Amino acid sequence: MSEKGRSSPLGQMSYLGQSVPRLGAKAAVAGRGRYTDDIQLPRMLHAAFVRSPYAHARIVDIDLAAARRHEGIHLVLSGRELAQRVTGPWVGTLSCFAGMKSAPQYPMAVERACWAGEPVAIVVGRTRAAAEDAAELIRIDWQELPAIAEKRAALAPHAPVIHAELGDNLAFRKAIDTGDVESAFAGADLVVEETFEFARHTGVSLEPRSLLATYDKATGKLTIITSSQCPHMIQRVFAETLGIPDHNVQIIAPDVGGSFGLKIHTYGDEVATVAAAIELGRPVKFIADRLESFVSDIHARENSVTARIAVKRSGEILGFDVDVLSGAGAYSQYPRTSVFEANQILNVTGGPYRHRHYRGRASVVYLNKAPSSQYRAVGHPIGNAVGEHLVDQAAYRLGIDPIEMRRRNVFADDAYPSLSASGIKLKDLSHQRCLDLLVRRMRYDELRREQDEMRLAGIQRGIGIALFIKGTSPGPLGYYGSGGAPISLQDACVIKLEPNGGVICAVGVTEQGQGTNTIMGQIAAGALGVPIEAVRVISGDTDAVPYGGGTFGSRAAAIGGEAVLQAARALKEEILAIASELLQADPARLEIVDGSVVDAAGTRRLPLAEIGRICHFQLGELPAGRQPVLSHTRRFRLVEDLYIFANGVHGAYVEIDTDTGFVRLLQHWVVEDCGRLINPQLADEQVRGGCVQGIGGALYEHLIYDAAGQLSNGTLADYLVPMAAEMPEIDVAHVETPSSLSELGAKGVGESGTGAAPAAVMNAVNDALRPFAARVTSQPITPETVLVALGKI
Amino acid sequence: MGGEESMPIRLTVNGEAVTHVVPVRQHLVDFLRGTLGFTGTHVGCEHGVCGACSLRVDGVLVRGCLMLAVQADGAEVVTIEGLDASGEIADLQQAFVERNALQCGFCTPGMLMAAAELLRAGEQKTRAAIREHLAGNFCRCTGYHAIVDAVSATLERRAHAGGKRV
Amino acid sequence: MAASGPGQVYREPGVKAPKFSYVRAASLGQVLELLERYGEDAQILAGGQSLMPALNMRLSAPRLLVDINGIAALQGITCKEGVVRIGALARHAEVATSASIRQYLPLIAAAMPHVAHLAVRNRGTFGGSIALADPAAELPACALALDARFVLQSLAGRREVAAADFFKGFYATARLPNELLIEALIPVRQNWVPVFLELARRHGDFAIAGVAFQVLLAAGIVADARLAYFASEARPTLGLATLAAIKGQRLDQTTTEAAVSALPKDLAPIGNAAASAKLRLHLQGVLTRRALQQAQATITGNARP
Repeated sequence: MSEKGRSSPLGQMSYLGQSVPRLGAKAAVAGRGRYTDDIQLPRMLHAAFVRSPYAHARIVDIDLAAARRHEGIHLVLSGRELAQRVTGPWVGTLSCFAGMKSAPQYPMAVERACWAGEPVAIVVGRTRAAAEDAAELIRIDWQELPAIAEKRAALAPHAPVIHAELGDNLAFRKAIDTGDVESAFAGADLVVEETFEFARHTGVSLEPRSLLATYDKATGKLTIITSSQCPHMIQRVFAETLGIPDHNVQIIAPDVGGSFGLKIHTYGDEVATVAAAIELGRPVKFIADRLESFVSDIHARENSVTARIAVKRSGEILGFDVDVLSGAGAYSQYPRTSVFEANQILNVTGGPYRHRHYRGRASVVYLNKAPSSQYRAVGHPIGNAVGEHLVDQAAYRLGIDPIEMRRRNVFADDAYPSLSASGIKLKDLSHQRCLDLLVRRMRYDELRREQDEMRLAGIQRGIGIALFIKGTSPGPLGYYGSGGAPISLQDACVIKLEPNGGVICAVGVTEQGQGTNTIMGQIAAGALGVPIEAVRVISGDTDAVPYGGGTFGSRAAAIGGEAVLQAARALKEEILAIASELLQADPARLEIVDGSVVDAAGTRRLPLAEIGRICHFQLGELPAGRQPVLSHTRRFRLVEDLYIFANGVHGAYVEIDTDTGFVRLLQHWVVEDCGRLINPQLADEQVRGGCVQGIGGALYEHLIYDAAGQLSNGTLADYLVPMAAEMPEIDVAHVETPSSLSELGAKGVGESGTGAAPAAVMNAVNDALRPFAARVTSQPITPETVLVALGKI
Repeated sequence: MGGEESMPIRLTVNGEAVTHVVPVRQHLVDFLRGTLGFTGTHVGCEHGVCGACSLRVDGVLVRGCLMLAVQADGAEVVTIEGLDASGEIADLQQAFVERNALQCGFCTPGMLMAAAELLRAGEQKTRAAIREHLAGNFCRCTGYHAIVDAVSATLERRAHAGGKRV
Repeated sequence: MAASGPGQVYREPGVKAPKFSYVRAASLGQVLELLERYGEDAQILAGGQSLMPALNMRLSAPRLLVDINGIAALQGITCKEGVVRIGALARHAEVATSASIRQYLPLIAAAMPHVAHLAVRNRGTFGGSIALADPAAELPACALALDARFVLQSLAGRREVAAADFFKGFYATARLPNELLIEALIPVRQNWVPVFLELARRHGDFAIAGVAFQVLLAAGIVADARLAYFASEARPTLGLATLAAIKGQRLDQTTTEAAVSALPKDLAPIGNAAASAKLRLHLQGVLTRRALQQAQATITGNARP
């Protein structure tokens, strides 16, 4: 049963702020979800790949003959053969990143493989098993080349250069310099400096990358069913690459089994699969298996950061000085590049605070590893961990409570609009309110007393907090837009009234289970005045929805939602105009409530079903001058702002076994401000899931490479992701400061858990270790990390 | 397919008698999904770690990717579709929906299969015990908290109803 | 990973098993005949919880898979004349819930909740775990601590091998390619105090350190002990220097610390991506201390959970 709507300025029957359950959930719990691999097409074939076992090697010779002769095999292509069938190569640079360089990248390696896992040949057969059998028959003569697997080695003098034409292994350099850092640091009462290490991660969506392509030679239409967050971007890139006009390419994203940013990118093995489908005129399916996912999905998070904070004795933060060395992969990922992460680290470190002096430098280097790119919370987990650790350390050294230290330095809630020292426009944030609410929900003072009592009993507990700002909902003036990427930063909604009074709402943003479709329905139903059951939201099919950017950067609610709101308003206006003609009434005195047009006295005068019927089938009832349209498109974008920033604060409570080094997570809290809260339950769950994904990075996740660029732990048994038994209960609360950048006032929430949970956990661990004069500054924080810090091994 | 050693098997899947000739190397989940069309059981790793392939064979919870289809000859197999149709966990499924204990839904069939074992045992469990029981099912979306809420609430509701399904 | 040099076949691990022949064995005799004929080209399929991942990932490519799940002679858990017999096909779940195991071999009962997860325990077998000899596995260590004997059978006949002689190294045992592990025979020892402890990063993971101890205390003095360490070396190891440090002594803080200090003489741990050698050695020391403290507490009736 639906939630009853409420009256609000945004609609007579607003569903805003209601925890409406997701319709898609009912299918999923019955096992009736429909993911790409669930879809079978007639005469479908399956693709498997041969991937480079070497981090860097020349392909001297590749012999496909035996594979081609294997029973059940329909096509085998080398990288060179594939390159002849597609346009390209890709070059993953954007013009807004001045000085950035990247080598051209072919969908499969042509003369040289640059990471262990790079696809080298595609085998298409009647079954996946047969394709793998045939793949074993492919003979490749390799000439191993020196590999660069370590960031510092990449820039050392005489380091082997991965791409000779680039001259060196530097992808990009960036610098920010605000105020006068030298003087500020020279005149500070205290400077704390630290070097941090952050490990390389990958997304590990439970449903791996999946794609099913089919090409109709007769009509020239290419249809790709794929687990992607950004169908329109896929359409543009694949149309270009495969040489088929965009309007003849349909991308369908069915149910997506998790994505977290890894599925906003384009991959060479997917290009190969589509090219095979076109060549064979038969559907070809590629499902990345778990092992190849580890070496081919985008990586992220590998950074070394040296940073310092300058403070006065009073606790006032004077400035930050941050030096970032970011490890990308063998190529800059096309089309979103591999340098965003470093940029965001510089942008957000120390972001909640009022200091005026800031220097940031970042270098992004190529490594012979899988390409890296945007992954949930891009850069924020690192920037927040660095900034919040330094603030905590400074507080400790000055004898100031960590909460009090924040209170003395955050932007006041009434200080906006403002500018961060890193040059970010800040609006509508609420650090003070969030902090106050966190302190109450954590029972902070009680927890400190408990911590003291436990210490007396020899039990080491730690409390850590971390404030954050989070850039969400990017606008066209930001990096993608100014850099010329084929990515839509505006979004759209087409809303239609059906003959029965039902409403179809087609949106350009997409659903991966977080509830995009549900909240779009809530906005539409509320703005229009119909019960939510009367609205069906359509997303994920480029043939059926208006052009959009899909879901990334936590943009769906704010950007997609605003388009829905405006479109619903436009439809409502037309409906009331038509109703006023039918009823001979003043449209200004009519409203839509619960699916009917009502008059000023609240009397139901005309159900929308009647208006739908007349406007579709009995047009004689209408005045001659009235041509019903009943289908409205609205688009929305940020005009001047680069992002809609959100904010919040995390609290973590941990216990450390100082004999074994094991960290136990006792509890976690988040207070966050995502502006207008559309569906509190869905927002809570996004935060919780994001927290655990962040905690994965704090304690467990690490793609371990050796010096030769070989991944040693590329299975789910060896790459540790968080499981239920070790995860804490997560308390979530919200502060609502609507964004002034739209009428809806929503901000993104999907990445707020991931962005600062690692910072809070690391601060909690260090808080627990304080009595031992020990601290940790690398993630994941393993038992070994703790024991080394304690000097026990 | 020639050269692919195959064997006939007869088994019951979701209450229905099934007869097929299967490649001996094919695992049970590929058979259920690809040949019989029961796509509710999912493949997440094929090395027995993620739990997405969990299903019931001869009354016990197993990892479908770690059984050959030929080993299910003579067996009774229940997938999420069968469990759903039987109504055995209707209250648990409802609790999952009410508490949004799923997002992308990919882990959900396996998670429900695993949780169903707790419901069958019929004992009250602490949240920590529920977490331990579900420790073999990977979820990347929810952070597990809402899943524990849903399982815990269902166990409690059943206890109050005298152990019967509500 | 595989290829190197010109002209060699590159082996790409996929996740569909390679081709193999499959036989559902109807009798023990049939199994032994097949093992005699195929030797190392055959693999035994029991629970499949370790073999199937290896097959799916193409780390294993046997010519023949011999499915022994139907062999009745390999099933069951019985206790007779002071010896517990655990059939090779006894599922972990069966062992975990067995009243006999709880009563007569409490060390194994204590270990079972740490063995993987329920779904794996429902299929995985006792014999499979012993025959695989994963260095991080719980049951080989328990068998070592309990002085188990394993019965191996081939067409040539039947022989028994003590656990101390059975585990040779990484996935290497005394079982010959033509032999099948039939059962384990474990003597019931009254008055020995069992302590099982392991450390794993996540519940159900492979251990990164573990101890399976059996301690015989007489009037508060350590009369004997079998201190098995696992998840640190290539095979489970009995601590001899650690035993010497506590034998004939009271179990107090001094002797416990002496045992911990003696540990480097017993263990030269091997490190990998999951845990370094240094970490494993340190953790084994911590577990030694905690296990001996727990043994002492059990005796004095102050057992803490």
